[in-house]
This record gives sequence, structure tokens and C-alpha cells, in this order.
Amino acid sequence: MYGKKLFAALAMVGLVGACAGGASPSPSAPIKVEIVSWWTTGGEATGFNKIIDLFNQRNPQWQAYNSAIAGGAGSAAQAVLQSRVLAGNPPDSFQVHMGHELLDTYVTPGYMDNLDDLFGANNWTSQFPKGVLDIVSANGHYYSVPVNIHRANVLWYNKKIFADNGLQPPTTWDAFKTVAETLKGKGITPLAVGDSGIWTSGQVLETILIGTLGADGYKGLWTGTTAWTDSKVTQALDTFKMVLGYINPDHSSLTWDQAADMLISSKAAMTIMGDWAAGEFINKQFTDYGWAAAPGNDKIYDALADSFGIPTKAQNKDAIKAFLTIAGSAEGQDLFNPYKGSIPANTTAGSPPASAQQYTDYQKSAMAEWKTDAIVPSLEHGAAASPSWRGAFEQAVTLFVANPDVSATQQQLASACKDAKVCQ
Amino acid sequence: MKRPTPDRLLSLVVIAPSLVAIAVFVYGMIGWTGFVSLTKWDSLRPDYAVVGLVNYAAVFTNPRFQIDLRNTVVFTAFFVLSSLIIGLTLANLLDRRIRGESIFRNVFLFPMAISYIVTGVVWKWLLSPSSGVNQLFGLDPATNRWFTDPTVLSISPESPAGHVLADIGLGFLASTNIGIPVAMLSIVIAAVWQMSGFVMALYLAGLRGIPDELREAARVDGASEWAVFRHVVFPLLLPVTLSAVIILGHISLKIYDLTVAMSPQGPAYATDVPANFMWQTTFRDGLYARGAGVAIVMLLLIVLVVVPYLVWTRRQEVEV
Repeated sequence: MYGKKLFAALAMVGLVGACAGGASPSPSAPIKVEIVSWWTTGGEATGFNKIIDLFNQRNPQWQAYNSAIAGGAGSAAQAVLQSRVLAGNPPDSFQVHMGHELLDTYVTPGYMDNLDDLFGANNWTSQFPKGVLDIVSANGHYYSVPVNIHRANVLWYNKKIFADNGLQPPTTWDAFKTVAETLKGKGITPLAVGDSGIWTSGQVLETILIGTLGADGYKGLWTGTTAWTDSKVTQALDTFKMVLGYINPDHSSLTWDQAADMLISSKAAMTIMGDWAAGEFINKQFTDYGWAAAPGNDKIYDALADSFGIPTKAQNKDAIKAFLTIAGSAEGQDLFNPYKGSIPANTTAGSPPASAQQYTDYQKSAMAEWKTDAIVPSLEHGAAASPSWRGAFEQAVTLFVANPDVSATQQQLASACKDAKVCQ
Repeated sequence: MKRPTPDRLLSLVVIAPSLVAIAVFVYGMIGWTGFVSLTKWDSLRPDYAVVGLVNYAAVFTNPRFQIDLRNTVVFTAFFVLSSLIIGLTLANLLDRRIRGESIFRNVFLFPMAISYIVTGVVWKWLLSPSSGVNQLFGLDPATNRWFTDPTVLSISPESPAGHVLADIGLGFLASTNIGIPVAMLSIVIAAVWQMSGFVMALYLAGLRGIPDELREAARVDGASEWAVFRHVVFPLLLPVTLSAVIILGHISLKIYDLTVAMSPQGPAYATDVPANFMWQTTFRDGLYARGAGVAIVMLLLIVLVVVPYLVWTRRQEVEV
């Protein structure tokens, strides 16, 4: 059994290699440029193809294509990509979360080119906010171009339920508790969580850590300047324990979008989710949703982004540089983001041509906040810490959700920081 | 030395490609994985510095892996036993030469033809607390939580039994790591639904292979139907039972697709399995050497089941 599977896998790797090698240029046919993403359907694929079309139209000598690998947030894509990079046969560019997911997986082992020239030539060092430049760089060099920005720390609520019960979206975790008690008394699930993939619960804890420690304190957790043994972390875990008392009992059988559906059907009043939830509401023609920063998260933008870099062994580097120039420009970002439901990372973007898809109200409000808020990296979406550290964090969260033991969990989190060689 | 005959040479030539393929792709890869598990390879850049058993220590001290081992043992025990009992019962019922036997045989056997992913998705719908059987039978989702149930049946260290165990030096038994995760039983239901028909087919073939003369002889000697089954039929079914245990056992030790489709981790890893842990450690966390360590541990577990069987069958052959 194992032998057969392995053989098939190897045969596939060989095949991919053969295909890439076989694309030899002839003077007339454009050279194929392979860009791997996990955007296969819906608005995100539509938006991304807009950028690709623009690139192909301007560069007839090249033909870029979206070599998509299906799978939520690239979980399936990861294994395929990693084996290709290891085998010295990477695609010309590939989608990866900006931050440590890229840096620790690909940059530190030396598989990526730095993009300092590209950032300089396009003036991106002044067009992207400093918070983003910090996240995409390591040792003073830039390594990937973010094409969008999503916000992870948003509290979504059902406006009708809140109006019917005379409630305001909570701005602190104490206020959350009061609101949740009222809702619970009415038989409404206060907070919908769908953590069959544990990252959703991890993201709730992430927003609680931000809300308790503040922007700098939270950032310090990932750089070693805030101790995981700090009493504020204890306080955050106590809050998390309190919040878990107000979630739907079937949370571990649901996905994040099924949890969002509980808002649509008025079974639940709130959910803490990234701003891709807005797309879910729009798709289901639900208009009665409101949004606010998660409690304690006001003026802090918990950011994640999809980004593209240049593998050292990429075959068509000139083509990819031209592609990234478009993808990072205001023009490219205004083509992509209205479909994706995210906002442009480039602060000069924000006004798509009249003929193109426009931004929604949520996106407009997020863009305004993006320019003024403190930007912190999202842990659950690869920006803040290495994948193995995130894995250890998620393990602690998984155990905590079923059995909230604050001191044991704090110890696990502290030792995870040590294992990641960030804490002493 | 005898000169090989042309026949023998030809057979060697014919068999050589598959021998080479197996040597490289099975045993070569096992050896390679074993080697990698002893190295420091913990990022996308291979690092073949040998560090010994560090990765195994990290794997075995990981609370999640301890839970996974418990889950595997519980799943294997419940899955194999239930499949055997249900399969044997069905085979005996069908062996009564009832009308429409072939229809029933096919109905019971069909689930085996379905992929575990499909089974997992369907049973996930059926056993989700807010839908499926709970809704159908009006069960309370708060108490019938199926695969989302975080309960682990175990001896509490604070209970009288726990104190007794502690007194006789077996205190380690009073822990949730030695217990039965209730959520896992939902996965067992799905797996048994899928595989008990296969066990039935094995037993039915076994039953049909038992000459009627033997049963008749027993009956003539005055044995009751139960005694016939217990002392004549069942002993003759022993080889079938053993084959079934081996087949089911190795399936359950490396199960992955069913749990991933139905409940990838479950509350507090109640439905997590070593294969899932291996995949995540390797490809999501990028800890290649540690992932290889998990793979080797899984291989050893399967070897523990399969090798005694091979030895046993070899002895049987020698006796014959």
C-alpha cells in the first residue's frame, strides 16, 4: 500500500518536472509562467484572473496562468508546494501568507530571492504601511509582495437581534459578558464558533490576547519581549475560558462558515471571524449584519495577507517581476480586492475604475481604519510565528477548549515559545 | 551448485522488476524514513545531522501523541470486535439458506465498496448534533453529542478506585490517557458499518467450506445447535477469524481518511489519529524528522500485529 502510494507520488513529481521542462520557448508561442495559488472558485479566483489577464495583455511574450491547488487556506497546496521546492523545481511564483509562514518555511532555508529592487523601483517602501513592511521582511530585506489585506479581529453581529434586545456591540470583554448573559437568557447562542478546524478558536484567543495585552504587548509575544508567563496572559486565558461558556455546544462539528450561518438564521448573535465572513453574508443575501472590532481590539488591525515571492530556482524571473509589479500596484490591487472581499495593502489604491467592480461598505470602512490603526500580525494566518509554533499554540488551544485549565495551558504556551527558540 | 534451468531463469527475469520496485519503493523508503527520523531535519532545508532518538522522545512526550495512541487502541479494539461479532452474526443468519440471500449479501457488502471519505462525510451529517439522527429521533443535541462529545471515560485519580490503584503502584492507570473517548465511538460506528459486511463475506465463505457431514455427525451425537456452533463450527472458523482480525487491525492502525472526513481532530483530540498527527507535523509544522518518527512508530505498531500472524500462518503451512 505505502509502496504504491509513494510510487504514484513520485511519478506525479516526475510528470510535473517533465511538464515544466518541456515548456521550451519557441519564438512565436508565449512562454508559460506558472503561478500557484489555492484560489480555485468564487470571487477570489475571478479577481486573481483579472490581474493575470492584465499581465498577459501587456506582456504578449509571456502567458501567466493560475495553477490552482484546491484546499482551504492552502492546506492541501502546502505539501505539494513543499515537495516541489525541495526537489528544486518550484513554480515561478506561489501564494503564501505573508510573514513567518513564508519566512520560516522558505526564506530562512534559502529558497527565495529578496525583492529589495522591486520594492525600491516601485516606491512600495512608502506605499505599503510600515506594519506590513515589517511583516514581509527579514534581516532588512523584503521577500514577498502582499496583494491584499484581510482583518482577522472582527466581531460580526446580527443587527436585528441586537436591536430587539436593546444591545450595543461590546467594546470590552466585560461588556461582552453582560451582553452574552442577556442573550443567553433569551435562549440565543451569544457567540457562534465553528472549530472543526481549530484555527477558529485559536483566532478567538488571538483577539483576546490583543484585547488584553494591547498592540505592542501582543506583538512582543512573538518576538520575545512579552513573557508568556505574564499575568496579562493568565487574564487573557481566564477571559477565553469565560467566552467558551457562551458558545454553541456543537462548535467542534461546524466549520467557520457554518458558524456564520447561525447568525443568518438568527440562532446566534455574534461571531468572531476574519473579514472574509462579509463575503459569506453577501453570498447568502444576508444584509442584517453589523461589524465592530472585537472587544478591546479597537484601533488595532490584526492583519494577514496573501503574498507572492520569487523562488530562487524560478525559471522566468523577469516575467514574475513584471507580474509582481502589477500585483503590488494600486491598479492591480483595485482589480483584485473588490472580488476577494479584502482591502488593498497598497495605501495608494482604493479607487477602482468606474467600469470595474467597486468596494463594499465594509471594505471602505476597513480601508479607512487600515490607514490609521496599529497593525499587528495574525498568528493563525501565518503572519506572526513559524508554522511549528502555531501548531504548538493550536495544540494548547485544542486541549483548552475541551478542558479549560488555565495554568497548564499557560505553561504549554510558554514552552512552545521556548521550542520556537524565541524565548529563553 | 546446480545450473539454473531456463525456466527458473525466465521466472527470475519476470520477477526482477517488481523485486527492484519493492526493494526501492517499499523497503528503501522505509529505511530512508527510519534514517530521517534520527536526523535534525526540522525545516524545508534537509539537515542530515544525526541526533539519535531526540525526535522519538519529542513524539512520545507530546500530549497529543499520547492521546492519539489511546485513540488508536480504543478504535482498534471496538472496531475489530464489533465488526467480528456483527459479521459473524450476519453470516450465520444468511447461512440459513433464506430466500433472497444474494440480495441481503449484496446489501451488507455494498458499504465496503464506498470510499472512506464518502462514508465519513455521510456519517458526519448523520451524527452531527444539530442534524441527522438527533433531529430524526428528537434527541437532545446537548446530551447526544456524538463525535463532538469531549467526555473520556476513565478512572479519576480522586475516586476510590483511583486511590486503590495508586496504593498498589498502578496510579498511572487512573488518567484520561487510559480511557475511552466517547467521541471515538461515533467513528467506530461508521467504520463498523463499512467493514462488517466484508467480515460477513469472509465468514460466509468459511461457513460454506465446512462440510455438512461434520455438523450432522455432531447432531447425531446429540449436540444442541449451540454446541454444534461452539465446538464444531467456530473452531473451524478460527483461521477466518484470524485473517479478519489482521485485515481489520492493520486498517484501523493506519486509519486516516475516515477520521479526517468525519472529525479531523475532535474535542481535545478525541478523534485524532497518529496518521493525522504525522501529516500535520511533517507538512504543516515542517518538522520532517519528527514526522518520520511518527511514521516509524506507526509501522512498528502494524508490525506488532502482522508479524505474529505471518509466523503463525507459516507454522500452519509447515504442519500441513
